[in-house]
Amino acid sequence: MTGTVDPTVINLIVFVLAVFVGYHVIWNVTPALHTPLMSVTNAISSVIIVGAILAAGPAEVDFGSALGAVAVGLAAVNVAGGFLVTQRMLEMFKKKQR
Amino acid sequence: MSANLVALWYLVASVCFILALKGLSSPTTARRGNAFGIAGMTIAVVTTLAVVAKGRLDLIVVAALAGGSVGTYVSRRVQMTQMPELVAAMHSLVGMAAVLIAVAVVNDPASFGIADPLPTGNKLELFIGTFVGAITFSGSVIAFGKLAGLGRHFRPFSSAPVVFRGQHWLNLALALAMIGFGIVFFMAEGKAWAPFIVMAAIAFLLGFLIIIPIGGADMPVVISMLNSYSGWAAAGIGFSLNNTMLIVAGSLVGSSGAILSYIMCKAMNRSFISVILGGFGAAEGAAAAGAGEKTVRSGSADDAAFLMANAESVIIVPGYGLAVARAQHAVKEMAEKLIHKGVNVRYAIHPVAGRMPGHMNVLLAEAEVPYDQVHEMEDINSEFGTTDVVLVLGANDVVNPLAHEKGSPIYGMPILEVARSRTVLVNKRSMAAGYAGLDNPLFYMDKTMMVFGDAKKVVEDIVKAL
Repeated sequence: MTGTVDPTVINLIVFVLAVFVGYHVIWNVTPALHTPLMSVTNAISSVIIVGAILAAGPAEVDFGSALGAVAVGLAAVNVAGGFLVTQRMLEMFKKKQR
Repeated sequence: MSANLVALWYLVASVCFILALKGLSSPTTARRGNAFGIAGMTIAVVTTLAVVAKGRLDLIVVAALAGGSVGTYVSRRVQMTQMPELVAAMHSLVGMAAVLIAVAVVNDPASFGIADPLPTGNKLELFIGTFVGAITFSGSVIAFGKLAGLGRHFRPFSSAPVVFRGQHWLNLALALAMIGFGIVFFMAEGKAWAPFIVMAAIAFLLGFLIIIPIGGADMPVVISMLNSYSGWAAAGIGFSLNNTMLIVAGSLVGSSGAILSYIMCKAMNRSFISVILGGFGAAEGAAAAGAGEKTVRSGSADDAAFLMANAESVIIVPGYGLAVARAQHAVKEMAEKLIHKGVNVRYAIHPVAGRMPGHMNVLLAEAEVPYDQVHEMEDINSEFGTTDVVLVLGANDVVNPLAHEKGSPIYGMPILEVARSRTVLVNKRSMAAGYAGLDNPLFYMDKTMMVFGDAKKVVEDIVKAL
Protein backbone atom coordinates (compact mmCIF):
# COMPACT_ATOMS: atom_id res chain seq x y z
CA MET A 1 0.00 0.00 0.00
CA THR A 2 1.46 3.31 -1.03
CA GLY A 3 0.41 6.93 -1.41
CA THR A 4 -1.95 9.16 0.54
CA VAL A 5 -5.67 8.68 1.08
CA ASP A 6 -7.80 10.41 -1.53
CA PRO A 7 -9.84 13.35 -0.09
CA THR A 8 -13.00 11.73 -1.46
CA VAL A 9 -12.39 8.70 0.72
CA ILE A 10 -11.89 10.90 3.77
CA ASN A 11 -15.12 12.70 2.87
CA LEU A 12 -16.90 9.37 2.64
CA ILE A 13 -15.62 8.36 6.08
CA VAL A 14 -16.84 11.65 7.56
CA PHE A 15 -20.18 11.22 5.79
CA VAL A 16 -20.85 7.71 7.06
CA LEU A 17 -19.88 8.59 10.62
CA ALA A 18 -22.01 11.74 10.53
CA VAL A 19 -25.03 9.75 9.34
CA PHE A 20 -24.56 7.42 12.31
CA VAL A 21 -24.32 10.35 14.73
CA GLY A 22 -27.39 11.91 13.13
CA TYR A 23 -29.36 8.68 13.38
CA HIS A 24 -28.70 8.30 17.10
CA VAL A 25 -29.14 11.95 18.00
CA ILE A 26 -32.40 12.32 16.09
CA TRP A 27 -34.08 9.27 17.63
CA ASN A 28 -33.51 10.93 20.99
CA VAL A 29 -35.42 14.05 20.00
CA THR A 30 -38.75 14.17 21.82
CA PRO A 31 -41.70 13.95 19.39
CA ALA A 32 -43.15 17.10 20.94
CA LEU A 33 -40.25 19.05 19.42
CA HIS A 34 -40.37 17.61 15.91
CA THR A 35 -41.51 20.88 14.37
CA PRO A 36 -38.66 22.89 15.97
CA LEU A 37 -36.39 20.04 14.86
CA MET A 38 -37.42 20.63 11.26
CA SER A 39 -36.92 24.37 11.46
CA VAL A 40 -33.53 24.05 13.15
CA THR A 41 -32.32 21.42 10.67
CA ASN A 42 -33.42 23.83 8.00
CA ALA A 43 -31.23 26.47 9.54
CA ILE A 44 -28.35 24.01 9.86
CA SER A 45 -28.56 22.88 6.24
CA SER A 46 -28.28 26.52 5.25
CA VAL A 47 -24.65 26.26 6.36
CA ILE A 48 -24.40 25.76 2.61
CA ILE A 49 -23.95 29.55 2.82
CA VAL A 50 -20.27 28.66 3.33
CA GLY A 51 -20.10 27.35 -0.24
CA ALA A 52 -22.00 30.41 -1.42
CA ILE A 53 -19.51 32.75 0.28
CA LEU A 54 -16.62 30.93 -1.42
CA ALA A 55 -18.42 31.27 -4.76
CA ALA A 56 -19.00 34.99 -4.20
CA GLY A 57 -15.49 35.47 -2.85
CA PRO A 58 -13.20 36.19 -5.83
CA ALA A 59 -12.04 39.80 -6.12
CA GLU A 60 -13.25 40.04 -9.71
CA VAL A 61 -16.99 39.89 -10.11
CA ASP A 62 -17.96 37.47 -12.86
CA PHE A 63 -20.81 35.11 -13.66
CA GLY A 64 -19.82 32.65 -10.93
CA SER A 65 -19.43 35.17 -8.14
CA ALA A 66 -22.72 36.83 -9.08
CA LEU A 67 -24.45 33.45 -8.68
CA GLY A 68 -22.56 33.03 -5.42
CA ALA A 69 -23.91 36.33 -4.13
CA VAL A 70 -27.47 35.28 -4.98
CA ALA A 71 -26.88 31.98 -3.18
CA VAL A 72 -25.55 33.90 -0.15
CA GLY A 73 -28.79 35.88 -0.11
CA LEU A 74 -31.00 32.77 -0.37
CA ALA A 75 -29.09 30.87 2.29
CA ALA A 76 -29.05 33.92 4.58
CA VAL A 77 -32.88 33.93 4.57
CA ASN A 78 -32.72 30.44 6.05
CA VAL A 79 -29.91 31.13 8.48
CA ALA A 80 -31.76 34.04 10.08
CA GLY A 81 -35.29 32.74 9.57
CA GLY A 82 -34.53 29.18 10.65
CA PHE A 83 -32.84 29.95 13.93
CA LEU A 84 -35.19 32.80 14.87
CA VAL A 85 -38.38 30.90 14.20
CA THR A 86 -36.99 27.95 16.17
CA GLN A 87 -36.20 30.30 19.02
CA ARG A 88 -39.73 31.69 18.84
CA MET A 89 -41.26 28.22 19.01
CA LEU A 90 -39.03 27.02 21.83
CA GLU A 91 -39.94 30.08 23.91
CA MET A 92 -43.51 28.78 23.89
CA PHE A 93 -42.64 25.43 25.44
CA LYS A 94 -42.87 26.28 29.09
CA LYS A 95 -43.78 24.41 32.21
CA LYS A 96 -46.81 25.30 34.20
CA GLN A 97 -46.16 28.39 36.27
CA ARG A 98 -47.15 28.18 39.89
CA MET B 1 -5.65 31.55 8.10
CA SER B 2 -4.05 28.22 7.27
CA ALA B 3 -6.16 25.47 5.73
CA ASN B 4 -5.69 23.36 8.85
CA LEU B 5 -6.95 26.12 11.13
CA VAL B 6 -9.98 26.61 8.89
CA ALA B 7 -10.71 22.88 9.03
CA LEU B 8 -10.44 22.91 12.82
CA TRP B 9 -12.86 25.81 13.15
CA TYR B 10 -15.23 23.91 10.87
CA LEU B 11 -14.89 20.96 13.24
CA VAL B 12 -15.94 23.18 16.14
CA ALA B 13 -18.95 24.34 14.13
CA SER B 14 -19.89 20.74 13.29
CA VAL B 15 -19.81 19.80 16.98
CA CYS B 16 -22.06 22.79 17.74
CA PHE B 17 -24.60 21.54 15.19
CA ILE B 18 -24.64 18.10 16.78
CA LEU B 19 -25.17 19.70 20.21
CA ALA B 20 -28.00 21.81 18.76
CA LEU B 21 -29.87 18.66 17.77
CA LYS B 22 -29.00 16.89 21.00
CA GLY B 23 -30.59 19.76 22.94
CA LEU B 24 -33.96 18.96 21.39
CA SER B 25 -34.22 15.78 23.44
CA SER B 26 -36.12 17.80 26.04
CA PRO B 27 -37.91 21.16 26.10
CA THR B 28 -35.72 22.24 29.04
CA THR B 29 -32.47 21.94 27.07
CA ALA B 30 -33.85 22.90 23.66
CA ARG B 31 -33.19 26.63 23.92
CA ARG B 32 -29.58 26.00 24.88
CA GLY B 33 -29.36 23.69 21.87
CA ASN B 34 -30.57 26.43 19.58
CA ALA B 35 -27.91 28.74 21.01
CA PHE B 36 -25.31 26.12 20.09
CA GLY B 37 -26.71 26.06 16.56
CA ILE B 38 -26.43 29.82 16.26
CA ALA B 39 -22.87 29.69 17.63
CA GLY B 40 -21.93 26.98 15.13
CA MET B 41 -23.35 28.97 12.25
CA THR B 42 -21.52 32.13 13.37
CA ILE B 43 -18.21 30.26 13.59
CA ALA B 44 -18.75 28.72 10.16
CA VAL B 45 -19.60 32.03 8.50
CA VAL B 46 -16.86 34.09 10.17
CA THR B 47 -14.22 31.47 9.34
CA THR B 48 -15.29 31.41 5.71
CA LEU B 49 -15.33 35.21 5.52
CA ALA B 50 -11.73 35.16 6.77
CA VAL B 51 -10.85 32.76 3.95
CA VAL B 52 -12.18 35.12 1.29
CA ALA B 53 -11.06 38.27 3.14
CA LYS B 54 -9.20 39.61 0.10
CA GLY B 55 -12.26 39.27 -2.14
CA ARG B 56 -15.53 41.13 -2.53
CA LEU B 57 -16.69 41.17 1.08
CA ASP B 58 -19.00 44.09 0.32
CA LEU B 59 -20.97 41.99 -2.16
CA ILE B 60 -21.26 39.14 0.34
CA VAL B 61 -22.28 41.38 3.23
CA VAL B 62 -24.97 43.13 1.19
CA ALA B 63 -26.41 39.82 -0.02
CA ALA B 64 -26.31 38.33 3.49
CA LEU B 65 -27.96 41.39 5.05
CA ALA B 66 -30.68 41.40 2.41
CA GLY B 67 -31.42 37.69 2.89
CA GLY B 68 -31.05 37.93 6.65
CA SER B 69 -33.59 40.73 6.96
CA VAL B 70 -36.12 38.83 4.87
CA GLY B 71 -35.60 35.79 7.10
CA THR B 72 -35.92 37.85 10.26
CA TYR B 73 -39.08 39.54 9.06
CA VAL B 74 -40.72 36.26 8.05
CA SER B 75 -39.73 34.48 11.26
CA ARG B 76 -41.44 37.21 13.31
CA ARG B 77 -44.59 37.41 11.21
CA VAL B 78 -45.34 33.77 10.44
CA GLN B 79 -48.24 32.18 12.28
CA MET B 80 -47.75 28.80 13.89
CA THR B 81 -50.45 27.28 11.67
CA GLN B 82 -48.34 28.38 8.67
CA MET B 83 -45.22 26.60 9.89
CA PRO B 84 -45.45 23.79 7.28
CA GLU B 85 -45.54 26.35 4.45
CA LEU B 86 -42.61 28.23 5.92
CA VAL B 87 -40.52 25.09 6.28
CA ALA B 88 -41.33 24.04 2.70
CA ALA B 89 -40.33 27.47 1.41
CA MET B 90 -37.07 27.29 3.31
CA HIS B 91 -36.25 23.87 1.89
CA SER B 92 -36.64 25.29 -1.58
CA LEU B 93 -34.08 28.00 -0.81
CA VAL B 94 -31.48 25.47 0.34
CA GLY B 95 -32.08 23.47 -2.85
CA MET B 96 -31.72 26.54 -5.05
CA ALA B 97 -28.56 27.68 -3.24
CA ALA B 98 -27.05 24.22 -3.81
CA VAL B 99 -27.74 24.42 -7.55
CA LEU B 100 -26.31 27.95 -7.83
CA ILE B 101 -23.15 26.94 -6.00
CA ALA B 102 -22.76 23.90 -8.24
CA VAL B 103 -23.03 26.12 -11.33
CA ALA B 104 -20.39 28.44 -9.87
CA VAL B 105 -18.10 25.45 -9.26
CA VAL B 106 -18.46 24.25 -12.85
CA ASN B 107 -17.78 27.80 -14.01
CA ASP B 108 -14.62 28.34 -11.98
CA PRO B 109 -13.37 25.45 -9.82
CA ALA B 110 -10.17 27.33 -8.94
CA SER B 111 -12.01 29.86 -6.76
CA PHE B 112 -13.04 26.96 -4.51
CA GLY B 113 -9.50 25.59 -4.37
CA ILE B 114 -10.41 22.70 -6.69
CA ALA B 115 -8.27 21.76 -9.71
CA ASP B 116 -9.38 23.17 -13.08
CA PRO B 117 -10.56 21.24 -15.12
CA LEU B 118 -12.65 19.50 -12.49
CA PRO B 119 -11.41 16.07 -11.39
CA THR B 120 -13.85 13.26 -12.20
CA GLY B 121 -14.58 12.52 -8.55
CA ASN B 122 -15.68 16.09 -7.88
CA LYS B 123 -17.83 15.99 -11.01
CA LEU B 124 -19.72 12.98 -9.76
CA GLU B 125 -20.36 14.64 -6.42
CA LEU B 126 -21.34 17.86 -8.13
CA PHE B 127 -23.82 15.97 -10.27
CA ILE B 128 -25.42 14.44 -7.18
CA GLY B 129 -25.48 17.75 -5.29
CA THR B 130 -27.05 19.51 -8.27
CA PHE B 131 -29.83 17.10 -9.04
CA VAL B 132 -30.79 16.61 -5.40
CA GLY B 133 -30.76 20.40 -4.96
CA ALA B 134 -32.89 20.95 -8.06
CA ILE B 135 -35.45 18.31 -7.03
CA THR B 136 -35.55 19.82 -3.54
CA PHE B 137 -36.20 23.25 -5.01
CA SER B 138 -39.04 22.50 -7.40
CA GLY B 139 -40.55 19.83 -5.12
CA SER B 140 -40.60 22.25 -2.20
CA VAL B 141 -42.18 24.97 -4.29
CA ILE B 142 -45.04 22.61 -5.13
CA ALA B 143 -45.29 21.46 -1.51
CA PHE B 144 -45.42 25.10 -0.43
CA GLY B 145 -48.22 25.82 -2.89
CA LYS B 146 -50.22 22.81 -1.74
CA LEU B 147 -49.77 23.65 1.93
CA ALA B 148 -50.59 27.32 1.42
CA GLY B 149 -53.77 26.31 -0.40
CA LEU B 150 -52.92 28.04 -3.67
CA GLY B 151 -54.65 25.35 -5.73
CA ARG B 152 -57.26 27.81 -6.99
CA HIS B 153 -54.60 29.85 -8.74
CA PHE B 154 -52.46 27.09 -10.17
CA ARG B 155 -53.64 23.50 -10.52
CA PRO B 156 -50.37 21.73 -9.55
CA PHE B 157 -50.71 23.48 -6.17
CA SER B 158 -54.02 21.72 -5.57
CA SER B 159 -54.08 19.71 -2.35
CA ALA B 160 -55.90 17.00 -4.30
CA PRO B 161 -53.44 14.73 -6.09
CA VAL B 162 -52.75 15.70 -9.70
CA VAL B 163 -52.55 12.43 -11.58
CA PHE B 164 -52.42 11.50 -15.27
CA ARG B 165 -51.85 8.32 -17.22
CA GLY B 166 -48.29 7.13 -17.63
CA GLN B 167 -47.13 9.45 -14.85
CA HIS B 168 -44.82 6.93 -13.19
CA TRP B 169 -43.35 5.83 -16.52
CA LEU B 170 -42.69 9.44 -17.45
CA ASN B 171 -40.97 10.03 -14.11
CA LEU B 172 -38.89 6.89 -14.54
CA ALA B 173 -37.87 7.89 -18.07
CA LEU B 174 -36.93 11.37 -16.89
CA ALA B 175 -34.93 9.98 -13.97
CA LEU B 176 -32.99 7.70 -16.32
CA ALA B 177 -32.41 10.56 -18.77
CA MET B 178 -31.19 12.74 -15.91
CA ILE B 179 -28.72 10.08 -14.80
CA GLY B 180 -27.67 9.57 -18.43
CA PHE B 181 -26.82 13.25 -18.90
CA GLY B 182 -25.12 13.15 -15.51
CA ILE B 183 -22.86 10.37 -16.76
CA VAL B 184 -22.13 12.32 -19.95
CA PHE B 185 -21.17 15.31 -17.79
CA PHE B 186 -19.11 13.06 -15.57
CA MET B 187 -17.18 11.50 -18.48
CA ALA B 188 -16.73 14.65 -20.57
CA GLU B 189 -13.49 16.60 -20.78
CA GLY B 190 -13.45 20.26 -19.73
CA LYS B 191 -16.47 22.21 -18.57
CA ALA B 192 -19.22 20.26 -20.37
CA TRP B 193 -21.95 22.85 -19.84
CA ALA B 194 -24.52 21.28 -22.16
CA PRO B 195 -25.05 17.94 -20.34
CA PHE B 196 -24.85 19.75 -17.00
CA ILE B 197 -27.62 22.19 -17.89
CA VAL B 198 -29.86 19.52 -19.43
CA MET B 199 -29.35 17.34 -16.36
CA ALA B 200 -30.26 20.20 -14.02
CA ALA B 201 -33.31 21.13 -16.10
CA ILE B 202 -34.62 17.56 -16.00
CA ALA B 203 -34.05 17.47 -12.25
CA PHE B 204 -36.15 20.63 -11.79
CA LEU B 205 -38.93 19.10 -13.86
CA LEU B 206 -38.70 15.84 -11.94
CA GLY B 207 -39.04 17.57 -8.56
CA PHE B 208 -42.22 19.18 -9.84
CA LEU B 209 -43.63 15.92 -11.21
CA ILE B 210 -42.79 13.86 -8.13
CA ILE B 211 -44.73 16.09 -5.74
CA ILE B 212 -47.88 16.99 -7.74
CA PRO B 213 -49.54 13.54 -7.38
CA ILE B 214 -49.18 13.56 -3.59
CA GLY B 215 -52.35 14.51 -1.76
CA GLY B 216 -52.84 16.86 1.17
CA ALA B 217 -53.10 14.05 3.72
CA ASP B 218 -49.59 12.87 2.93
CA MET B 219 -48.02 16.29 3.32
CA PRO B 220 -46.37 15.51 6.68
CA VAL B 221 -44.36 12.81 4.90
CA VAL B 222 -43.54 15.02 1.94
CA ILE B 223 -42.16 17.86 3.96
CA SER B 224 -40.06 15.51 6.08
CA MET B 225 -38.77 13.94 2.87
CA LEU B 226 -37.87 17.31 1.37
CA ASN B 227 -36.20 18.19 4.68
CA SER B 228 -34.07 15.12 4.16
CA TYR B 229 -33.31 16.01 0.52
CA SER B 230 -32.20 19.53 1.46
CA GLY B 231 -29.68 17.91 3.82
CA TRP B 232 -28.38 15.48 1.20
CA ALA B 233 -28.04 18.37 -1.27
CA ALA B 234 -25.88 20.25 1.24
CA ALA B 235 -23.82 17.11 1.87
CA GLY B 236 -23.37 16.62 -1.89
CA ILE B 237 -22.04 20.15 -2.26
CA GLY B 238 -19.79 19.49 0.75
CA PHE B 239 -18.33 16.49 -1.06
CA SER B 240 -17.58 18.45 -4.22
CA LEU B 241 -15.98 21.28 -2.22
CA ASN B 242 -14.10 18.84 0.08
CA ASN B 243 -15.77 20.65 2.98
CA THR B 244 -16.23 18.27 5.91
CA MET B 245 -18.45 20.66 7.87
CA LEU B 246 -20.96 20.82 5.01
CA ILE B 247 -20.87 17.03 4.83
CA VAL B 248 -21.50 16.68 8.58
CA ALA B 249 -24.28 19.28 8.67
CA GLY B 250 -25.88 17.87 5.53
CA SER B 251 -25.79 14.30 6.84
CA LEU B 252 -27.35 15.32 10.17
CA VAL B 253 -30.20 17.06 8.37
CA GLY B 254 -30.52 14.25 5.84
CA SER B 255 -30.88 11.58 8.50
CA SER B 256 -33.21 13.77 10.54
CA GLY B 257 -35.58 14.18 7.62
CA ALA B 258 -35.38 10.48 6.77
CA ILE B 259 -36.26 9.47 10.33
CA LEU B 260 -39.17 11.93 10.45
CA SER B 261 -40.48 10.56 7.14
CA TYR B 262 -40.29 7.06 8.60
CA ILE B 263 -42.13 8.10 11.78
CA MET B 264 -44.85 9.85 9.77
CA CYS B 265 -45.32 6.90 7.41
CA LYS B 266 -45.64 4.56 10.37
CA ALA B 267 -48.15 6.82 12.11
CA MET B 268 -50.29 6.88 8.96
CA ASN B 269 -49.79 3.20 8.25
CA ARG B 270 -48.55 4.01 4.76
CA SER B 271 -45.46 2.66 3.08
CA PHE B 272 -42.95 5.22 1.93
CA ILE B 273 -43.16 3.93 -1.64
CA SER B 274 -46.93 4.32 -1.80
CA VAL B 275 -46.68 7.89 -0.51
CA ILE B 276 -44.10 8.73 -3.17
CA LEU B 277 -46.16 7.15 -5.92
CA GLY B 278 -48.99 9.38 -4.75
CA GLY B 279 -52.63 9.47 -5.72
CA PHE B 280 -53.86 8.88 -2.16
CA GLY B 281 -57.00 10.73 -1.16
CA ALA B 282 -58.24 11.15 -4.73
CA ALA B 283 -62.04 11.15 -4.99
CA GLU B 284 -62.35 9.14 -1.80
CA GLY B 285 -64.30 11.81 0.03
CA ALA B 286 -67.60 10.35 -1.16
CA ALA B 287 -66.94 6.96 0.40
CA ALA B 288 -68.45 7.92 3.71
CA ALA B 289 -71.80 8.78 2.23
CA GLY B 290 -74.68 6.55 3.23
CA ALA B 291 -73.69 6.76 6.86
CA GLY B 292 -76.94 8.45 7.75
CA GLU B 293 -78.75 5.18 8.53
CA LYS B 294 -77.14 4.58 11.89
CA THR B 295 -78.15 6.69 14.85
CA VAL B 296 -75.86 8.97 16.74
CA ARG B 297 -76.46 10.48 20.13
CA SER B 298 -75.92 14.19 20.04
CA GLY B 299 -75.81 16.66 22.86
CA SER B 300 -75.22 20.31 23.58
CA ALA B 301 -72.19 22.14 24.89
CA ASP B 302 -73.95 22.36 28.26
CA ASP B 303 -74.25 18.56 28.42
CA ALA B 304 -70.56 18.26 27.59
CA ALA B 305 -69.64 20.78 30.27
CA PHE B 306 -71.73 18.89 32.83
CA LEU B 307 -70.09 15.56 31.99
CA MET B 308 -66.58 16.94 32.16
CA ALA B 309 -67.11 18.96 35.32
CA ASN B 310 -68.27 15.82 37.11
CA ALA B 311 -65.45 13.66 35.84
CA GLU B 312 -62.30 12.81 37.72
CA SER B 313 -60.12 12.67 34.65
CA VAL B 314 -60.49 14.15 31.18
CA ILE B 315 -58.28 13.61 28.14
CA ILE B 316 -58.52 16.09 25.28
CA VAL B 317 -57.68 14.77 21.80
CA PRO B 318 -56.99 17.71 19.49
CA GLY B 319 -56.91 17.31 15.71
CA TYR B 320 -56.12 19.72 12.95
CA GLY B 321 -59.78 20.79 12.84
CA LEU B 322 -59.10 22.50 16.17
CA ALA B 323 -56.32 24.59 14.66
CA VAL B 324 -58.43 25.42 11.62
CA ALA B 325 -61.12 26.77 13.96
CA ARG B 326 -58.42 28.65 15.95
CA ALA B 327 -59.82 27.17 19.13
CA GLN B 328 -56.55 26.45 20.96
CA HIS B 329 -56.85 29.34 23.39
CA ALA B 330 -60.46 28.51 24.20
CA VAL B 331 -59.42 24.91 24.86
CA LYS B 332 -56.70 26.04 27.21
CA GLU B 333 -59.21 28.20 29.08
CA MET B 334 -61.58 25.26 29.33
CA ALA B 335 -58.80 23.01 30.64
CA GLU B 336 -57.85 25.59 33.27
CA LYS B 337 -61.42 25.81 34.51
CA LEU B 338 -61.64 22.03 34.75
CA ILE B 339 -58.32 21.80 36.59
CA HIS B 340 -59.59 24.46 38.96
CA LYS B 341 -62.54 22.18 39.71
CA GLY B 342 -60.10 19.40 40.57
CA VAL B 343 -60.35 17.47 37.30
CA ASN B 344 -57.19 15.78 36.01
CA VAL B 345 -56.85 17.17 32.45
CA ARG B 346 -54.37 15.88 29.89
CA TYR B 347 -53.93 16.18 26.14
CA ALA B 348 -53.26 13.21 23.86
CA ILE B 349 -51.41 13.87 20.61
CA HIS B 350 -51.32 11.54 17.65
CA PRO B 351 -48.11 11.90 15.58
CA VAL B 352 -50.09 13.09 12.55
CA ALA B 353 -52.47 15.36 14.45
CA GLY B 354 -51.10 18.43 12.66
CA ARG B 355 -49.82 19.04 9.17
CA MET B 356 -46.18 18.38 9.96
CA PRO B 357 -44.36 16.34 12.59
CA GLY B 358 -44.94 17.85 16.04
CA HIS B 359 -47.21 20.56 14.66
CA MET B 360 -50.00 20.11 17.21
CA ASN B 361 -47.52 20.38 20.10
CA VAL B 362 -46.40 23.77 18.82
CA LEU B 363 -49.99 24.93 18.34
CA LEU B 364 -50.84 23.98 21.93
CA ALA B 365 -47.62 25.49 23.24
CA GLU B 366 -48.53 28.73 21.47
CA ALA B 367 -51.81 28.74 23.39
CA GLU B 368 -49.68 28.46 26.55
CA VAL B 369 -50.72 24.92 27.35
CA PRO B 370 -47.96 23.65 29.69
CA TYR B 371 -46.05 20.91 27.88
CA ASP B 372 -46.20 18.57 30.88
CA GLN B 373 -49.97 18.20 30.30
CA VAL B 374 -49.37 17.15 26.70
CA HIS B 375 -48.70 13.45 26.09
CA GLU B 376 -47.67 11.44 23.06
CA MET B 377 -49.73 8.52 21.80
CA GLU B 378 -47.50 5.72 23.14
CA ASP B 379 -47.39 7.29 26.60
CA ILE B 380 -51.08 7.91 27.06
CA ASN B 381 -52.77 5.04 25.22
CA SER B 382 -52.69 2.86 28.34
CA GLU B 383 -54.43 5.61 30.32
CA PHE B 384 -57.69 5.73 28.37
CA GLY B 385 -59.08 2.69 30.21
CA THR B 386 -59.09 4.61 33.50
CA THR B 387 -60.35 7.88 32.08
CA ASP B 388 -63.87 9.16 32.62
CA VAL B 389 -64.33 11.51 29.68
CA VAL B 390 -62.44 11.93 26.42
CA LEU B 391 -63.11 15.05 24.39
CA VAL B 392 -62.21 14.64 20.71
CA LEU B 393 -61.88 18.01 18.98
CA GLY B 394 -61.58 18.10 15.20
CA ALA B 395 -59.90 14.69 14.94
CA ASN B 396 -61.31 11.70 13.11
CA ASP B 397 -59.08 9.11 11.48
CA VAL B 398 -56.62 9.06 14.39
CA VAL B 399 -59.38 7.81 16.73
CA ASN B 400 -61.10 5.47 14.27
CA PRO B 401 -61.48 1.93 15.72
CA LEU B 402 -61.68 0.57 12.15
CA ALA B 403 -57.89 0.52 12.41
CA HIS B 404 -58.31 -2.69 14.44
CA GLU B 405 -60.47 -4.40 11.83
CA LYS B 406 -58.82 -6.55 9.23
CA GLY B 407 -59.72 -5.48 5.71
CA SER B 408 -60.36 -1.84 6.47
CA PRO B 409 -58.19 0.58 4.51
CA ILE B 410 -56.59 1.90 7.68
CA TYR B 411 -56.09 -1.53 9.28
CA GLY B 412 -52.93 -1.49 11.37
CA MET B 413 -52.71 2.27 11.73
CA PRO B 414 -51.83 3.16 15.32
CA ILE B 415 -54.72 5.10 16.87
CA LEU B 416 -55.55 6.78 20.14
CA GLU B 417 -57.65 4.23 22.03
CA VAL B 418 -60.36 6.66 23.07
CA ALA B 419 -63.09 4.01 22.92
CA ARG B 420 -61.69 2.41 26.09
CA SER B 421 -62.72 5.37 28.22
CA ARG B 422 -66.07 5.60 29.99
CA THR B 423 -67.56 8.43 27.91
CA VAL B 424 -66.44 9.92 24.60
CA LEU B 425 -67.43 13.41 23.52
CA VAL B 426 -66.78 14.14 19.86
CA ASN B 427 -66.93 17.62 18.43
CA LYS B 428 -67.27 17.82 14.67
CA ARG B 429 -68.83 20.25 12.28
CA SER B 430 -70.83 17.55 10.54
CA MET B 431 -70.77 13.81 9.96
CA ALA B 432 -68.40 14.20 6.98
CA ALA B 433 -65.53 11.74 6.75
CA GLY B 434 -61.88 12.50 7.52
CA TYR B 435 -58.90 12.46 5.15
CA ALA B 436 -59.08 8.71 4.68
CA GLY B 437 -62.71 9.01 3.57
CA LEU B 438 -63.90 6.42 6.07
CA ASP B 439 -66.89 6.25 8.32
CA ASN B 440 -66.01 6.14 12.00
CA PRO B 441 -67.80 3.51 14.20
CA LEU B 442 -66.74 5.46 17.27
CA PHE B 443 -69.46 8.01 16.52
CA TYR B 444 -72.22 5.38 16.80
CA MET B 445 -71.15 3.83 20.09
CA ASP B 446 -73.50 4.05 23.07
CA LYS B 447 -70.84 5.77 25.15
CA THR B 448 -70.31 8.46 22.53
CA MET B 449 -72.02 11.80 22.49
CA MET B 450 -71.59 14.02 19.45
CA VAL B 451 -71.43 17.78 19.94
CA PHE B 452 -71.91 19.32 16.52
CA GLY B 453 -70.67 22.79 15.64
CA ASP B 454 -67.57 24.87 15.07
CA ALA B 455 -64.87 23.79 17.51
CA LYS B 456 -64.21 27.29 18.78
CA LYS B 457 -67.88 28.07 19.31
CA VAL B 458 -68.51 24.78 21.08
CA VAL B 459 -65.51 25.09 23.38
CA GLU B 460 -66.41 28.68 24.24
CA ASP B 461 -69.93 27.56 25.09
CA ILE B 462 -68.50 24.83 27.31
CA VAL B 463 -66.33 27.42 29.07
CA LYS B 464 -69.41 29.56 29.69
CA ALA B 465 -71.33 26.60 31.06
CA LEU B 466 -68.57 25.55 33.46
